[in-house]
Amino acid sequence: MASYLIRRILYMVPIIFGVMVITFVLFFVVQSPTAMAKRILGPKAKPEAIQNWLHNRGYDKPRFINTQPGATWWDSQFVHQMKALATFDLGYSDATGESIARMFRQGAIPSLLITVPSFIFGFLISLSAALFFVFVRDSRTDLFGVILCVAMMSIPIQVYVIFGQWLIAVKTSYLPAFGFYLSGASTIKFLVLPVILYTLADLGGEVRLYRTIFLEEIHQEYVKTAQAKGVSPARVLFVHVLKNGMISIITLVVASLPFLIIGSLVLENFFGIPGLGNLTVNAIRTSDFAVVRTTVYLGSLLYLVGLLLTDICYAAVDPRIRFQ
Amino acid sequence: MNTESNFSKNPKLLLEVRELCVHFPIRSGLLSSVQSVVKAVDGVSFEIAPGETLGLVGESGSGKTTVGRALIRLAPITSGDIFWKSDDITRLPESQFRSLRKEIQMIFQDPFGSLNPRLTIGSIVGEALEIHFPELNLKERKARVAELLNQVGLLPEHTRRYPHEFSGGQRQRIGIARALAVHPQLIICDEPVSALDVSVQAQIINLLQDLQEQMGLSYLFIGHDLGVVQHMSDRIMVMNEGKIVEAGDCKSIYQSPQHPYTQKLLAAVPTLA
Repeated sequence: MASYLIRRILYMVPIIFGVMVITFVLFFVVQSPTAMAKRILGPKAKPEAIQNWLHNRGYDKPRFINTQPGATWWDSQFVHQMKALATFDLGYSDATGESIARMFRQGAIPSLLITVPSFIFGFLISLSAALFFVFVRDSRTDLFGVILCVAMMSIPIQVYVIFGQWLIAVKTSYLPAFGFYLSGASTIKFLVLPVILYTLADLGGEVRLYRTIFLEEIHQEYVKTAQAKGVSPARVLFVHVLKNGMISIITLVVASLPFLIIGSLVLENFFGIPGLGNLTVNAIRTSDFAVVRTTVYLGSLLYLVGLLLTDICYAAVDPRIRFQ
Repeated sequence: MNTESNFSKNPKLLLEVRELCVHFPIRSGLLSSVQSVVKAVDGVSFEIAPGETLGLVGESGSGKTTVGRALIRLAPITSGDIFWKSDDITRLPESQFRSLRKEIQMIFQDPFGSLNPRLTIGSIVGEALEIHFPELNLKERKARVAELLNQVGLLPEHTRRYPHEFSGGQRQRIGIARALAVHPQLIICDEPVSALDVSVQAQIINLLQDLQEQMGLSYLFIGHDLGVVQHMSDRIMVMNEGKIVEAGDCKSIYQSPQHPYTQKLLAAVPTLA
């Protein structure tokens, strides 16, 4: 187990390195740092001010390898940035000069407040609905359920958001349509609508996926064995089929766990929630490379952690799989 | 058609099947209308006496597995009657039929797919006890599972293992222990050895015969391997395209087959000449 984990973690290093090279190339080779500086400092900025801005951030150094006489080869932008990221020294925003670590800490809270409840409700509701539709399979209710799911997954999240804001906030004015203010229990009123909409937007696809997984299991031979034993239909579904279907479902769900922290780009933008999703969108908009770089780095780290968790869960829930 | 059962003639019969039909509608098109009907089982009648083994042979797709499955409602019965100890059980509600599952059990063809991979051997064998013998406490149930495993040539410590840790032959033994758990009187053996090596086949066949002797079981032995079916059975039925084409005792079927299909089937048996 330990050697397996170490090997898996070592595999992550080249992948993250590759992701960082691509991000770096996209930002610094495709567009020049000078253009970035001009956009942030304004078109009327003096050449000295731009030079100063570049120097302060180390963006005036050679890109990958320093070939200048008297300098060491690793004194380059890329090496410095990679070193900083590897030690989680996230640095400061290019646009505002704010500490990125602080920005992320502040942004993570609103993001998690939205994504964690949506994730829990969404998972429980879709699992129960999928089991229900499998229980009444091949009936009109099942057919209606599938049609509803396809309809729900065909509607983009923006439509849910606009309709939800209109219906609950504008029409009834029970809840705020927009905005976010973190202050104890009264924060909840800002969360209700985004959480409901975020849950609803993913529901159709998930119910359909889980239903398919369970239906595949219910046609297995071991289900016939259980029926021959005299196991009741409910027990067949909730003990035999659920246990086997959960192998696929848990792995899907666990892989998505790390992304809860990043939040939803669309939803946070629509509701003006100052989460990490919003932070990322703004950073891209303002050419804030330092923030984008950190987001990509943390995002790919989280993705790989998700994959690792998936493999660990596989071994935990499926007795046929052991770490070798 | 005579709907009177044969039990008046032979009250000792265990099972009687009359004119059993299992038809599957083939639906297609936008409104999933019935395009045609596959007659998997079409008017099959037979009876089984206590302690008897009735062989059912036929090639793949002849409907023999569906006959076995229909008896315990794993396939939908279109028409016909099934009598169990002179009671008509064809249209019994599932809640009442459940208690009959204790008396009629099935051993499945696929020793790999038929065991739930997420359950331990103890749960697989013990679950039937839990349902049909709720009066047993956990300790008694464990003791009974150990006894059953012993009976089929496995070890009591195997209860905590999972199906994937066993070979095909061992898995089929688990399937047999599972079927035996509820004290059945009739076991439908659906090609129980066709997925196994020849040497392992012999072991399982011998085990089934020993158990029959010890417990007075009846078997409906379904197979396509004529040698195996002949070895096991007292009487044999030959099935083709959903119908019984010939039935009789082992000797007469093998020595003087009447129906051309039976003759063809026997001619296809490889021999060491």
